[in-house]
Amino acid sequence: MPVRSVLEAIRDALREEMADDERVFILGEDVEEGGVFRATDGLLEKFGAERVMDTPLAESSIIGVAIGASLNGLLPVAEIQFADFILPAVNQLISEAAKLRYRSAGDFTCPMTVRSPYGGGIRGGLYHSQCVEALFAHVPGLKIVCPSTPYDYKGLLKAAIRDPDPVLFFEHKKTYHLLRGEVPDRDFTVPIGKAEVRRRGDDLTVFSYGLAAHYTMEAAERLSGEGIQATVVDLRTIQPLDRATIIDEAKATGKILIVHEDNLTGGVGAEIAATIAQAAFEYLDAPIMRLAGPDVPAVPYAQALEDWYMLNTDKIADAMRRLAAY
Amino acid sequence: MPAFVMPQLGESDVEGTVLRWLKQPGEHVRADEPLVEVETEKVNVEIPSPFEGTLTSVLVQEGETVPVGATLAVIGAATAEEMSAVPPPVPTPAPEPAAVTAPPAAARNGATPPVPPAVAQPDGGRYSPAVLRLASEHQVDLNRIRGTGMNGRVTRKDVQAYIDSGGLRGAAVSPPAVVAAPVAAPAVELPQPATPPPATPAPAATDEEIVKPSATRLTIARNMLRAAQSIPAAWMVVEVDVTKLVRLRTALKEEFERREGVSLSYLPFVIKALAETLKEHPMLNSQWRDDQIVLKKRVNIGIAVGSDEGLVVPNIHDADRLSIAGLAHAVVDLAERARTRRLRLEDVQGGTFTLDNTGVFGSVVSQPIINPPQCAILSTEAIIKRPVAVDDAIAIRSLMNLCISFDHRIVDGSHVGPFMQAIKRRLEAYGPETGVY
Repeated sequence: MPVRSVLEAIRDALREEMADDERVFILGEDVEEGGVFRATDGLLEKFGAERVMDTPLAESSIIGVAIGASLNGLLPVAEIQFADFILPAVNQLISEAAKLRYRSAGDFTCPMTVRSPYGGGIRGGLYHSQCVEALFAHVPGLKIVCPSTPYDYKGLLKAAIRDPDPVLFFEHKKTYHLLRGEVPDRDFTVPIGKAEVRRRGDDLTVFSYGLAAHYTMEAAERLSGEGIQATVVDLRTIQPLDRATIIDEAKATGKILIVHEDNLTGGVGAEIAATIAQAAFEYLDAPIMRLAGPDVPAVPYAQALEDWYMLNTDKIADAMRRLAAY
Repeated sequence: MPAFVMPQLGESDVEGTVLRWLKQPGEHVRADEPLVEVETEKVNVEIPSPFEGTLTSVLVQEGETVPVGATLAVIGAATAEEMSAVPPPVPTPAPEPAAVTAPPAAARNGATPPVPPAVAQPDGGRYSPAVLRLASEHQVDLNRIRGTGMNGRVTRKDVQAYIDSGGLRGAAVSPPAVVAAPVAAPAVELPQPATPPPATPAPAATDEEIVKPSATRLTIARNMLRAAQSIPAAWMVVEVDVTKLVRLRTALKEEFERREGVSLSYLPFVIKALAETLKEHPMLNSQWRDDQIVLKKRVNIGIAVGSDEGLVVPNIHDADRLSIAGLAHAVVDLAERARTRRLRLEDVQGGTFTLDNTGVFGSVVSQPIINPPQCAILSTEAIIKRPVAVDDAIAIRSLMNLCISFDHRIVDGSHVGPFMQAIKRRLEAYGPETGVY
C-alpha cells in the first residue's frame, strides 16, 4: 500500500472526489495557486477555473457562497485558510448552514464541506495556531471531524464531501508533513461519527484526537515498556461524538484521561467527561482527568511559551503515569 | 497507659500485618471485644482487646506489617475503677505520642461522634465506584485486599486480581458464567436444580474411575437436566444458501481485520439477522413463567462459548442495536473473556435467546437443548458446498443448516416456521452491497 503524508492524503481525496463527481468544486483564498499549505496543488490545472476558485479575503462570503451553491445542487469544498479566520463566517455557519435541514423539515440540506487547518506547534503565533473545534461542537446541525492518520484524513474527507450535511473538516497543520502512513490508492470512506480504538490496555483509557492522538499513541507505547498498558481511543469525529465507544472503553478500565490541544475550559473533554460520569459512574476507578491547553487567550509566539502551551509526548506520558498510579 | 502489642499467633510467626482496625481512636472498648484484624503468614484473625478502656491512639496503620511484640495501639483507662479491674499492663512501655491525645470527655459524650485523628487508614476507607461495584458483585470483603494504588488505595485492578486469584469465598470461587453467583441472581434467571444432588455419591467400583465435575460442569448438568425435564421442546431445521454471504465475508475479512483488529467470522452476520428477526417475532424472545408467556423487550443474545471448564453462555445485550462490526467486537470480547474467566456477572445474566455454533465441530444437523428459561435456541451448522438445482440448472452453492429447538408451550411450528424463514431470508440477502458499519 502506498505511503502518504497527511497533506498528500487530503490532496488525493480532493482529486478523486472531483474526478468522480463533477458537482464537487473548491473555493477559498489562494486555492488556485495550491493554497498556503499546497493542499489544492495541481487541481486548477486538472479541473479548470470553474471548479477551483479563488475568493476575496472574506470568509463570510466564502461560506455564504458555498451554502448557496450547495442549495443549488453542487458539492462545495470551501477552504478557510486558517481556522483562526473562520470567525467572520460564524453567522453563516451557525445561523444558516447548521439550521437548513431543521428549518426546512428536511426539504433542504447543506452538503458543504469546510476544510481548515488548525492547531499550533509551527510557530504560527496568535492568529495562525488556534483550535476552534469546541466553539462549533456546541452547535447542533454541524458535523466536526478532526482526523489524525493519513488513512483517516483521506477516508473522512471523502465521507465529508459525500455527506448531505455541513461538515467542518479540521486539519492539524503540524501533521501535514509530520505524519505518514499507508493509504490505499482506491476509493474508500471512513464513517463520520465513529471513534477508533488505536490500541488496547487494561490500566487506563485515553481519549484524544488530532495531533494529540498521535502524541498519545507515542506516550502509550513508551509507557508500555514501563508496564503501564493504555487503551487509546482516537475520536476522529468531535460532533457527533461516538458515545457508545466512549462509554464502552471508559467502562473497560475505569481510569479516564482526555487529551486535547484546545484549551481546557468548555472543551470537547468536558462533554466526554460528563458523558462518562453519567453513563459509566459505577465503573470509574479514579477521577476523570483532562490534559488540555492552558486557558490563555491564544497560543503564544515565543518558542519557549509555545512549547509551554503545546502538548507533547512527555506531558501526556506524565499524566498517564499519574492516573495509572492512582 | 497499657500498650496493645502484636501477638504471636503461630509458632513460626515473626510478624503480622494489620488488616483493619475495628475500633477508631476515641472509641470505648471492652475487654475481649474484637479490636483489630491481623493477617499473618498462616491465618487472619480478629484480636480481642485484653483490656477495657478507651482506644487512645493507633500506632500501626492498616496495611503495615510489624514484628511480633510491636506496640499496635495504646488503650487508656476510662476511670480509676476500670483501671483497677484489668490485669497489670504488658511490661513493654508504649511511647505515647505527644501529638495524639485522648479526645476530651465532652467530645466523647457530646452529640457529634468522635472524629478519628489523622492516623486513620490511608484512603480514609473510601473506594471508587468501580471497586464498590466489583466487590458487591463478587461479594468481596475489601478489607482483605491490600491496595497498590496511590497511598495504598484499593484499585479496580486490585479487586479484579483478588477475584481472579480465587480470593472469593464459598460458591463464588466457581468460574465465571451462569454459575458465578447464584445467590446474587434473580431466581427466575438462575433456577434451583430440578433434582438435588444425592447426599452420598455411590463409591466407584473396581472397574470405574470417578471424575469430580467442576462447578461449571455441575451447573451445566443441572440446567440441562431441568431443560430436558421441564421444557417440551420441538425442533426443526432449515437450509440456507449462504453463497453470497461467503463471498461478502471473503471480500471483507482482510481489510476488516486490519481496520478493526478482530477477525470477521460469520457469527456477527447470523446474530444481526437473528436480532432483527426477534424484533419482528417477539414470541420467540420470551419465556414461560407461571403459566404465562413473558415477552422480553430487550434482545440479549447468548453466545455459547466452549472452554476447558465447559460451556458458558455470555450475552450480547441489546444485540439489535449493534452493527455487524459492533457485533464482531462483542463476540470476540465475550469469547476472549469467557476463555480467560474474566466474565462479569452482568455478562451471563439477562439472556433472552441463545445461539450455538455447532458448525465448528463439523456438525450439519443438531438438536440443541434450550437454555432455560428461554423460549428457544438456534444452532448454526457447518457451511458446505453442494451441487443444487438453481433455475433448473445444477450449481455449486454454499449451504448451511439452521437448527432450532423451541419451547412448544409458547410457540408452535406455525410461529417458528415464519421465524426461521425470516432469518433465512435475511442471511440470503447479505451480499456485496451489505455494509458492516
